[in-house]
Amino acid sequence: MEQNYKRETFKRASLCRNFENETYKQIQNKKLKLPVYLSAGQEYIAASIAQYVEELSILPDIFIQHRGHSTYLSFGGDPVGLVKELLGKKDGCANGMGGSASIQCKEKNIYGHDGLMGSNVTIGVGSCYASKRPTIVFVGDSAVEEDYALASIGWAQTKNLPILFVVEDNNLSILTEKKVRRSWDIHRVADGFGMKAFDLQDGPENIRVGLDGVFEQPMLLNINTVRKYWHSGAGNDDENAFDRYEEEMKKIEDGKEIHEEYKNKVKEIWQSQLEKQ
Amino acid sequence: MAKSVRETIKEITRTHLTERNGLCFGQCLTAVGWVGGTLPELYEEDGMVEVTTADVANGGFVVGAGLQGRRPIYVVRYQGFQWYNAAMIVNYASKSKEIWDIPCPIFIRSIAMEGGMGPVAGSSHHSLYQRMPGTRIMAPMTPREYEFAYEMFTDHDDVYYISEHRRSYDNTEELHDIYEDAPDVVLYPIGITRFDAIKARDILKDRGIKVSICNMLWIKPWHLNKGMWKVQLRNSKFGGLVLDDDYEQGVASYFAHKMMTERGTSDRKVYTLGLDHRTAGFHPDVDNLPPSPEKIVEKVLQICYN
Repeated sequence: MEQNYKRETFKRASLCRNFENETYKQIQNKKLKLPVYLSAGQEYIAASIAQYVEELSILPDIFIQHRGHSTYLSFGGDPVGLVKELLGKKDGCANGMGGSASIQCKEKNIYGHDGLMGSNVTIGVGSCYASKRPTIVFVGDSAVEEDYALASIGWAQTKNLPILFVVEDNNLSILTEKKVRRSWDIHRVADGFGMKAFDLQDGPENIRVGLDGVFEQPMLLNINTVRKYWHSGAGNDDENAFDRYEEEMKKIEDGKEIHEEYKNKVKEIWQSQLEKQ
Repeated sequence: MAKSVRETIKEITRTHLTERNGLCFGQCLTAVGWVGGTLPELYEEDGMVEVTTADVANGGFVVGAGLQGRRPIYVVRYQGFQWYNAAMIVNYASKSKEIWDIPCPIFIRSIAMEGGMGPVAGSSHHSLYQRMPGTRIMAPMTPREYEFAYEMFTDHDDVYYISEHRRSYDNTEELHDIYEDAPDVVLYPIGITRFDAIKARDILKDRGIKVSICNMLWIKPWHLNKGMWKVQLRNSKFGGLVLDDDYEQGVASYFAHKMMTERGTSDRKVYTLGLDHRTAGFHPDVDNLPPSPEKIVEKVLQICYN
């Protein structure tokens, strides 16, 4: 069970990593004409959670943030639709309107983000209140500082909603570190609201343990992670930064083969769409 | 006995919650008074949802409920509070259909009042929403108009901003356009100014000045599409005057500009009269109120004799 979870999670992560790496190349090749927010390095968060909820046979409503390619792909969003969206096609996953930051997938209940930092926290809470369905809100460590995001987390606890807040904590707001911006921790704030809340590293086992009891009550996970590429566009802030994906690949027996398989799949998708340009 | 605007809103809300699976969000809804008596005595189990004091977050909660098809009614007690509440609504709900093909219908009851309300809470702020795409705006002042606004909301899947005014709640009468054959001036009043426009017209009539009144129920979308409105302006001697309970620099100026550039209105000028371009204080000496009948009369006389 545990090994299967890790392997299946790795597959999701591999799709995400290879998608982002290929997107990175296309940015460098100047094929993309819009700002792109790559999620490489952080993919294990969405991949682990998606695998966990699938094992529970839950199809949650998902409120995505701007750096959301990995969330979209991990929860089953169509990679072709995402490529088309990045190319500005009308049949892209957000009708060519969403670009990289406002993607969605109706079939998988993934709601787009409007670009107002942290707005998805309030909207996800309202949606969960109205539907009472399991709901996941993905938010960055910076966006969660928005006053309305904090108020929303508090209200979710007040109403005892079946909601999971996932703070993807890469420690950076563009390049400004968390310690410069605030002196508090979001999991402690949530705890102060009376919410079940944890501070975790982004390894799949940690996340799995943290998710125990999810949707039975409101929950917040602050998951520490490392953004591999620039805030926007193709570039690398630190070549020697820790890479969760590389670490986990070593632990999977056929990790390299899986990686190559997804690398080729993603490359084909991109090439096929670029040829139609 | 004829039904008032207050009773109409109350009845609509009851039906919306008890028969249509709707929700009603707002602050202090179940407090004494029930928002000027416009709400039925229903509670959270019925869909009457007390939200926090965090206005910006509340706007987001309502958007979320809109995405789930619960067609929330959102009561904002003072239109001035829209400066907080509008953020999520205009940036998400109003754009959702255009970007993602996902409608997010919300019925915003945005309530105005004046008199000792100070620098933030008083008056109407519909101009705040008017400049952003994706929202329909109406300012119903009669029972039938309110019913019509709600019917429009239920028949469509858009965000509706309903610019209400507490002074209209007791009203039981319908307000009709008044057309003169050759008016001196045509009034185009919005919201609460429609009542004082009638009073001003009576005063001016006694002075031998002929005034037509074209009631502006719709703020957005807006077209000078009523044939008679255009004819009235074209046939007027001195032009038109748009009256508003918001600042003159908002929709009033927009309408005046559109009327003057519309084909078929000849070269008639259209003037504006709304709130003074200054901050309202609490004391009557420093308040900033919508145009009174006397102020409207004074402006019309200026237009006629200047």
